[in-house]
Amino acid sequence: MALSDLANPSRFLRVADRLIPWLGGVTLLLFAFAIDQAMIAPDDYQQGATVKIMFLHVPSAWLGMLCWGLMSVAALGTLVWRHPLADVTAKAAAPIGAAFTLLCLITGSLWGRPEWGTYWVWDARLTSELILLLLYLGVIALWRTVEDPSRAARAVAILTLVGAIDLPIIKFSVDWWNTLHQGESVFRLGGSTIDPTILTPLLIMTAAFTLLFVVLLLAAMRNEILRRRVRTLHLMQANAAS
Amino acid sequence: MEETTAHIDFIAASYAAAVIVIGALIAWVTLDYRGQRRMLAELEAQGITRRSEPAHGAPAIERVKEQAKEQA
Repeated sequence: MALSDLANPSRFLRVADRLIPWLGGVTLLLFAFAIDQAMIAPDDYQQGATVKIMFLHVPSAWLGMLCWGLMSVAALGTLVWRHPLADVTAKAAAPIGAAFTLLCLITGSLWGRPEWGTYWVWDARLTSELILLLLYLGVIALWRTVEDPSRAARAVAILTLVGAIDLPIIKFSVDWWNTLHQGESVFRLGGSTIDPTILTPLLIMTAAFTLLFVVLLLAAMRNEILRRRVRTLHLMQANAAS
Repeated sequence: MEETTAHIDFIAASYAAAVIVIGALIAWVTLDYRGQRRMLAELEAQGITRRSEPAHGAPAIERVKEQAKEQA
């Protein structure tokens, strides 16, 4: 089956119905393995045991940004190609991205208190991440404000593309400004600066989080397609009665 | 071992937050799915379907109109 065949919502529903239970099972197993690896990982020589918070913080930060990137691609799909699943993807992804961004900020604060002596500083990385959360909340509010899904999709698509400016700011904030937040240590030119005993469980946990994101997104997209069907039927019912 | 227990509250709070946030997401998609399925089933039980040519003969919109007339 070609990827473009999934553009048909009915076909997407059939594929999602089959995929979600299997992917959910694999995600559960991967999480069990990732948590086991995270728990047996040694303490960091500087951070001590609080490095275990990084096994949650880094994947959450990654997914918060990945999700907005995906929404930006979907926004192009809505504005340029009017792809039937583009705005479904964007709408379904927003609450998931918001949740992971929130988790990133919470775990970052809980790591910051013992390591920096404070839960929060108006540091460039932290502030740009907070802006990302506010952008997610803005998108969710906009979806709820405009009743017609196609009109809402266009407005949200524009906001999403404007908000995408925040992604490189988050990524390069530690290079552009003098921040309290540490510099890039996982994906960088010249290789990671993290010891393999910590990097390996971190990457396994990131894979588990990413797979969870895929399952949640598929499930949320399925729900959104069903919601639109319910809306269509209610409109048919109302039109017939009037 | 001292290092491991030194900031255990912060580590436990982080994992608890992750359980709550991920649990909320799973509950949201599961409950939403059940709700949408239930509403679709209720509408289909009333004879309202998306199909232009449903199994019962007349197109769905015609049957809905007939139902509305009967109710009036």
